[in-house]
Amino acid sequence: MRRLTLIAVPYLWLLALFLVPFLIVFKISLSDTAIAIPPYTPTLDLAGGWAAVRAFLSQLDMENYIWLTEDALYWKAYLSSVKIAFIATVLTLLAGYPMAYAMARAAPEWRPTLLMLVILPFWTSFLIRVYAWMGILSNEGLLNAFLLWTGLISEPLVILNTNTAVYIGIVYTYLPFMILPIYSALEKMDDSLLEAAEDLGCSRLTAFWLVTVPLSKQGIIAGCFLVFIPVVGEFVIPSLLGGSGTLMIGKVLFEEFFNNRDWPVASAVAVILLLILIVPIILFQRNEQKQREAEGLDVFPLSMWSR
Amino acid sequence: MKNSLMICTAALALSAGMAAAEEVRVYNWSDYIDEALLEKFEAETGIELIYDVFDSNEVLETKMLAGGSGYDVVVPTGTFLQRQIQACAFQPLDKSKLPNIGNMWDVISDRTAKYDPDNAHAINYMWGTTGLGVNLGKVREILGEDAPVDSWDLVFKAENMEKLADCGVHFLDAPAEMIPAALNYIGEDPDSHDPEVIAKAEAVFAPVRDYIQKFHSSEYVNGLANGDICVAVGWSGDVLQSRDRAAEADNGVEIGYYAPSEGAQMWFDMMAIPVDAPNPEGALTFLNFIMDAENMAAASNYVYYANGNKASQEFLEEDVITDPAIYPTPEAMDNTYTTTPYPAKVQRVVTRLWTKIKSGT
Repeated sequence: MRRLTLIAVPYLWLLALFLVPFLIVFKISLSDTAIAIPPYTPTLDLAGGWAAVRAFLSQLDMENYIWLTEDALYWKAYLSSVKIAFIATVLTLLAGYPMAYAMARAAPEWRPTLLMLVILPFWTSFLIRVYAWMGILSNEGLLNAFLLWTGLISEPLVILNTNTAVYIGIVYTYLPFMILPIYSALEKMDDSLLEAAEDLGCSRLTAFWLVTVPLSKQGIIAGCFLVFIPVVGEFVIPSLLGGSGTLMIGKVLFEEFFNNRDWPVASAVAVILLLILIVPIILFQRNEQKQREAEGLDVFPLSMWSR
Repeated sequence: MKNSLMICTAALALSAGMAAAEEVRVYNWSDYIDEALLEKFEAETGIELIYDVFDSNEVLETKMLAGGSGYDVVVPTGTFLQRQIQACAFQPLDKSKLPNIGNMWDVISDRTAKYDPDNAHAINYMWGTTGLGVNLGKVREILGEDAPVDSWDLVFKAENMEKLADCGVHFLDAPAEMIPAALNYIGEDPDSHDPEVIAKAEAVFAPVRDYIQKFHSSEYVNGLANGDICVAVGWSGDVLQSRDRAAEADNGVEIGYYAPSEGAQMWFDMMAIPVDAPNPEGALTFLNFIMDAENMAAASNYVYYANGNKASQEFLEEDVITDPAIYPTPEAMDNTYTTTPYPAKVQRVVTRLWTKIKSGT
């Protein structure tokens, strides 16, 4: 009995905070827009009994999904989001791996401080940090002022409101999500394996490639998913740092909802986005599962990092 | 199909057991008030004022139509007000509790009655035009001394935009103003509700789209002032505020506002009380406070927008009341147009077109 209650709690949580909202969104995605409160029709009137429910159900249709397939905008936005998320993930990995490696190689008494430094930016609001980047990257911003001063450039570089700024913002924001799992994988590595590799004639580089990288594979995979999945739906960074040329599904979703006030289409976009993300989420879960089986306990807790 | 005549059922919030400290929650446009007025209101009435801002009518409408926004006073523009009244989002004003309503200016009230018959649901806060904010120094350096700064040619001609692109051009992210501007530019009726006519706007934006750095409705105020961007299609008072900020910063940036010679859109921002406002009494107190001649003048003196309050004019600073960019001459007023809200079906055409224009797909 106690065991049942214990299992029931997380499932109830999932039911109340994921499944119910999802069903509401799904229901709205089947309705039509209206100038009313709320801005869609039909709305369910339970007081009318079964007949009202049946009348309600008969008015729902897939029209909004058909609309999505007919307009190239949405597919371009989905594809472009996946592309931006993929490139940003690779860039974050390239920046994050050396940092995680250096942290894991640092003297043990230094590691807590270094770990602290990685987490420290979270103490400031994410929005303020992105706004700070606007100040750095703008035409008259700090970066351009510095580059002009050094004489490296004679005209300010246009970075803000381009995709370059979006990549900078994403790599900056998501770097800790990449560093931490890789660090946790590298830290556990047994140094004697490297010694053995060198004894057996490996150069340091080959030893790194043949021993360290495979042993940190789980961390790399976890880090990549932790970056890739939220970046696909990212809204704040592209809308603040990106320009008219930045097409991302998070922005399209916001615009459908707030600018076009078309809740049904916005809901349909959200449902499709969820379907697209289910594949990497399942892969991620599998990876976690595998790791758990391989090591017993002590895995990187996913729940801590989901936003 | 329901009865086509909408009947608004009162959904007044029950304020059972009023909280000890009275609050009024106001949702207004960004950079749109002298904050000293907010303190003055609190000091005079003892009501705590919670003041939030937005920068797009669309966002406000989303909140109104979702219901339960929690605000007591909101400030939609005329066309949006009209549509939200149809959706039963606002309550009629009890004018017996608004003694200052006699201060209002009939020239403006007559125009706003077009959106809200008898001005039954809203009072005018400010009005203005949509035009061009120009960094005069940089634009003349790029396009020459005779740059067409007072013409839509500046932003709708590819040859000009190509040269201005690197310097930065922002457009308002407001389809209800940008599409009429484009239609007006090509000689069509800016208030057209005909989807075929509206579709012609796309061809106006297509050649210049790639040169537009951003579609945004508030960043340009700082962008112009700092010299980060050269041109913005913007709202009169916002551009004048950036002119002022640049002058204060003394950074050598000179900003000018121009209502384009081909015609500019005139709009009216209206204060209204949502139907489910938690404190409608406090909201009326706030509206009455705003309609006080000296308070309204203080607001206009600060934000450089004209207001709909006749009595406030004697308290306006000389450089506000005489600036034709703020209070246009009667001839310039004739060169403006107003628009009416799109019906739901046409609205979708407009928003689709706008998304298409913005995303380039």
